[in-house]
Amino acid sequence: MANSDNKKTDRRKFFATTLQSVGLTALGGMLWSGYTNEVKASPLVLRPPGAIKENDFLSACIKCGLCAEACQNRETNRDKETGLAKKGTLKMAKGGDHRLIGTPFFIPTEVPCFMCEDIPCVPVCPSGALDQLSVSNDKGELDINKASMGLAVVHKESCIAFWGIQCDACYRACPLLGEAITIEMHRNERTGKHTFMLPIVNDNACTGCGLCEQACVTEKPAIFVLPNEVSKGKAGDHYVKGWDKEDEKRIENAKAEETTTERSNQSSADYLNSGDLY
Amino acid sequence: MNKIKYLLLRRVTQIIILGLYFGANAYGWKMLSGTFGSSKLMGFIPLADPYTTLQVLASGFVLGADVLLGALIITIFYMVVGGRAFCSWVCPINMVTDLANWLRRKLKLDKEEVNYRFLKRNTRYWIMVLGLIVSAVVGIAAFEVFSPITIMQRGIVFGFGMGFAVVLAIFLFDLFGVRNGWCGHLCPLGAAYSIIGKASIIRVDHNHENCTNCMECKIVCPENHVLHMVNKESIMVTDGECTNCGRCIDVCGDDALEFSIRNFLKK
Repeated sequence: MANSDNKKTDRRKFFATTLQSVGLTALGGMLWSGYTNEVKASPLVLRPPGAIKENDFLSACIKCGLCAEACQNRETNRDKETGLAKKGTLKMAKGGDHRLIGTPFFIPTEVPCFMCEDIPCVPVCPSGALDQLSVSNDKGELDINKASMGLAVVHKESCIAFWGIQCDACYRACPLLGEAITIEMHRNERTGKHTFMLPIVNDNACTGCGLCEQACVTEKPAIFVLPNEVSKGKAGDHYVKGWDKEDEKRIENAKAEETTTERSNQSSADYLNSGDLY
Repeated sequence: MNKIKYLLLRRVTQIIILGLYFGANAYGWKMLSGTFGSSKLMGFIPLADPYTTLQVLASGFVLGADVLLGALIITIFYMVVGGRAFCSWVCPINMVTDLANWLRRKLKLDKEEVNYRFLKRNTRYWIMVLGLIVSAVVGIAAFEVFSPITIMQRGIVFGFGMGFAVVLAIFLFDLFGVRNGWCGHLCPLGAAYSIIGKASIIRVDHNHENCTNCMECKIVCPENHVLHMVNKESIMVTDGECTNCGRCIDVCGDDALEFSIRNFLKK
């Protein structure tokens, strides 16, 4: 009798402990998931060239820092007098940076990306978070002009060129001079004898290196790089450039979607009789 | 000197390894670059942390061959040779928790043993598995979000920022909270290395003939349950949770403990 009582309490204890362990694990898992989900939400971050889509990047990056080390220690980053490495472009996110800890990023106003031809940061990536193919040309050679780290955006209200003051700092700083940023001329009606020389960013050429942002003369840069996910819109399949053969290919696989709503004869009569006629 | 032989050796190893990582960023050295997550030895041999690699795989990303090969190399090394040696010979957090432990003993904080009901030594295995599940659910390596190990290492190599707070938290937890709280109860990386290194050949060997039962070894051992054979049996410490730190060998005044090679043939 005593023995079976013992067994009973043993069994009860076992179930209670198991339940508690599982419950606490579930609690921990939920808190952990919630926290992890929060810390990965930082859309305003510029990644190294060749970075795969941000959401995949956050999962793929193993946070080793080889890219940042390659960036800092590249030949072109040596101080001419001391021979020591200067501060590199890529930083590794640390606590307080408000970016997923341990992932590489850069801030153009501090150190922009100088678009090295040999792209030292990309081939060293062991995990595949930086995709070498995305910054290679058809011959398989590295081509930094294919990088798309972000897109420069001009805020025309604070850009002094839009005021009519002559400034082409961003245009001249651009490594793809005349391609990524072009100058558009307009007559200045206010003075009647001057020209507006407006910087226009061309999405298909801009790599998002941020040299323009760093060069901008205004107190807070009027041209700045935003990540592609934030800076770019999307026309979708509803609008097509009918004059462009390439663009038409975009809708080859689009499915026609028809929505017809049965027209109600009653509703028009109801509307007149409902008394809501003001 | 003999009393701190392995302690000194470990500190020197830890500091040299951290120094090499630091130099890789600061001076462009090629000996050991990257961080524990993934490194390059001599500029071409890939190394990667097995648990970190598992987390990334669990999050749904198919990692590059370099990381997979690196994780394999590290796994094989600790599996065959080192045991759980990463924890005591490489990990920088070991210096923090060892300091906390030493202070704990000096301040006699262990007189009142508190029973932490849910903080058992096997909690780390739950956390290890949970970390993989959370990685899969959220889609990013979950432990890496706050891992004090890589935060401290990156802090030394790239600058700490607010990251030092995590390291300080571990220190305070181990000093005023649970004895060996982090390394001995919570760390999922340690748990992974315990499993990996279970069958390694380098082991601490106990000679029960020489033992005077002074219990010095059990006082300093961060995982003292692995020393269950002391003064009982002349066998090797075969528990995977032994970090091969050699501190017990240091403090033993009776030559009753020594590193040895496991002999699989002799049973």
